[in-house]
Amino acid sequence: MNATLLFVIFVVVMLTLALLPWVHRTWTTGRGITRYDQAEIPLPTNQESSRDDRGFSDEPTEEADHDVSPPPTAASMREKLTKARGLISERLAGIRSGSIDVSTWEKLEELLILADVGVDATMDTVDRLRATLSASEVSEGPQLLEALKDQMKSDLATDRQLVHIAQNGKVPVWLFVGVNGVGKTTSIGKTGRRLGDQGLSVLMAAGDTFRAAAAEQLATWADRCGADFVRGSEGADPSSVIYDAVQAAASRDVDVVLADTAGRLHNQVNLMEELAKVRRVADRDPGQVAEVLLVIDATTGQNGLSQAREFANTVAVTGVVLTKLDGSAKGGIVFAIERELGLPVKLVGLGEGERDLIDFDPSSFVEALFGDE
Amino acid sequence: MFESLSDRFDGILARLRGKGRLSENDVAEAMREIRLALLEADVHFDVVKRFVDRIQARCLEAGITQSLTPGQQVVKVVNEELTVILGGQSLHLTYAQKSPTVVLIAGLQGSGKTTSSAKLARWFKSQGRNPLLVGADLQRPAAVEQLQTLAGQIEVPVFSSPGDPVETTRAGLVEARATGRDVLIVDTAGRLTIDRDLMDEIAAISDAIDPNYTFLVVDAMTGQDAVNTAEAFHATLELDGIILTKLDGDARGGAALSVKEVVGKPIAFASTGEKLDDFDLFHPERMAERILGMGDVLTLIEKAEEVFEQEEVEAAAQRLLEGTFTLDDFVDQLRQVRRMGDFSNIVSMMPGVPKEIKDADINEREIDRVEAIALSMTPQERINPEIIDGSRRARIANGSGTTPAQVGNLLKQFKEMRKMMKGMAGLGTKAKARKARSKNPKKGKKGPGRAGGSRVQPKETQQVPKLDIGDLDLTLPGR
Repeated sequence: MNATLLFVIFVVVMLTLALLPWVHRTWTTGRGITRYDQAEIPLPTNQESSRDDRGFSDEPTEEADHDVSPPPTAASMREKLTKARGLISERLAGIRSGSIDVSTWEKLEELLILADVGVDATMDTVDRLRATLSASEVSEGPQLLEALKDQMKSDLATDRQLVHIAQNGKVPVWLFVGVNGVGKTTSIGKTGRRLGDQGLSVLMAAGDTFRAAAAEQLATWADRCGADFVRGSEGADPSSVIYDAVQAAASRDVDVVLADTAGRLHNQVNLMEELAKVRRVADRDPGQVAEVLLVIDATTGQNGLSQAREFANTVAVTGVVLTKLDGSAKGGIVFAIERELGLPVKLVGLGEGERDLIDFDPSSFVEALFGDE
Repeated sequence: MFESLSDRFDGILARLRGKGRLSENDVAEAMREIRLALLEADVHFDVVKRFVDRIQARCLEAGITQSLTPGQQVVKVVNEELTVILGGQSLHLTYAQKSPTVVLIAGLQGSGKTTSSAKLARWFKSQGRNPLLVGADLQRPAAVEQLQTLAGQIEVPVFSSPGDPVETTRAGLVEARATGRDVLIVDTAGRLTIDRDLMDEIAAISDAIDPNYTFLVVDAMTGQDAVNTAEAFHATLELDGIILTKLDGDARGGAALSVKEVVGKPIAFASTGEKLDDFDLFHPERMAERILGMGDVLTLIEKAEEVFEQEEVEAAAQRLLEGTFTLDDFVDQLRQVRRMGDFSNIVSMMPGVPKEIKDADINEREIDRVEAIALSMTPQERINPEIIDGSRRARIANGSGTTPAQVGNLLKQFKEMRKMMKGMAGLGTKAKARKARSKNPKKGKKGPGRAGGSRVQPKETQQVPKLDIGDLDLTLPGR
């Protein structure tokens, strides 16, 4: 950015800020004023409107107390839940029941969009399916659905091996990255359990030095899985915590280091730079970054693609962990992520239990995408 | 967050606007693009469908396609419908007659409940209330510690006891009454809507304390599932509003539109950053204006009034227009502006700012550097930058960790800006008039050149500063 632009922006900002309240005041009060006597400038209008703007009043109103509706019953909840899922079931039933026509294709598109696959990936998928089917003699809905599933499964056929061996006797480091609240710390805990079950020794590094009590959360997990645990103080440099962890792992002969990082939105440039540094430091002798796992929440919409792109650019992501797939969300965004960025989903989180993190299976994922349940 | 959505709308509607005649095809094509734009922004499929159907029906009504400016008419219809979908009132919060006012926070895992609870407590505190936080998330490891740490930063007490969340919450209510706290905020564990046991549990928590407000925390990045989640929670808890989190990301926030449309409850609060004070009441009508490119003037005014010494800014703006603006003023004003938040944020709220400037990558560190240079000057140099020669420049560069060339560049830009502003000010005579009134008596510099000021003499009797919009627009580039 050049200095001229900075100045122009500054001038605009300053003048506008200086003048706006003035204009606003004049505008709202000006019309009613006939005498310009300074002592009597009617400010109340302004105060009133600003209080209204805050949507706020101090006096307790009676309405609040009267506004008691009957408590929702279990039945209404079940009803609503069925309704929510009905959106997908309805469309599925529509496709299954008849032969293929324009509305079938539309329903197919709708299904994919409702699963968060995204507009581009949906169009592409359906177009290719159309091309394949025009040559064959498929005319019934169920067959169409099967053909779609087959195509999507073959789209998802990439290598999903997790690497837990580093070259030259170095310590392999798995770095967990992602935006806030996707489940990085929990995923590390569950991964630790998995690797432990495979007979590997694990060290967890509390690289999230920003969020309050993140280290305590990870410590609880380390305790549960009997993993080693290294932490720094809150607000410490995450790179140094992870470097210390790798050193400790090397001297204790640990098999894999699982490094947590603080959640960060991918559009925060400084935080992403910090993450790039964490990766560089983790890759320093005696450590070697074996996996950079981007954790994505299954409820994420199209923003997931933008997350994946930015994280991949900054820290060379090697795979995706898709969490919270046990909810009503379908996690279709990972389909777009694989298609567009070639990032394979490697692990899937399916529940709150310690062993609920499993290998990603394209086949059952696609089945679930179009499942009624 | 809604910016990219509004960009798309601008593009689509701009094409229609120019047309003198609209065929049904034109309308259909525009509707298709609007539909795609909304879907890409994660607005729920059915909400999009209803929205587009409504617009299409209205557009094809007799009269619009036949009117003289059909494109304009379509734009108007779209704007109106968008305002409806986004619109509605901000939440009108009332306090319970019998203290405490109880607030229940619910949501999926990782949506930001604990952080939002603390932020909400800070907000209530800023309203002069005495909140008590209850840590009822006994499930996630260290969730209560997280709440305690955050609460410690804002000096709000936390009540929690291990065991049963329903009992903890009930005990929290007793505690609030005993200690005279007037707001009780209950942070609960994250839960999936299909987990019947946990949904029953939160229903039990709700029954135990009979909350005045139940807020659902929704991540702005949520996709199509936002609707299912909101519906399920609404069916269980009777929501009063939504807290929208992670708005500082680049998500287009379609989930917010869907949830509002489906549940019919307002977005009550929005969280726009990691700091505890990045949180405030949400104003849907202002957001609608922002989407429609009208800027978010009201928020801007509120922020400005919070931060600025109004008289000082006005005086500085005056000096800017007169060309007597010094680097001292510059640093002062720059600091004030920055107290309102990031530059890019402020610019995005302004009406009528050209897109080139809104999109400009404003590097906050660049601004730090400019400030450092100005601060490395002596007071004398700041008042009269003309005296800065080569050796002074080198000293300033040294002091601010920059190069003499950067210092020279800043000075050049500053002078040019001053000149430019002076030229602009020549168009509006009010500033001069005010100067003539306020400064001349003191300095006794009444020259013949000031005679022109008398032309606006009658207006000086006005005590209310009167300024027309024309003056404001004058200062905006691109006009």
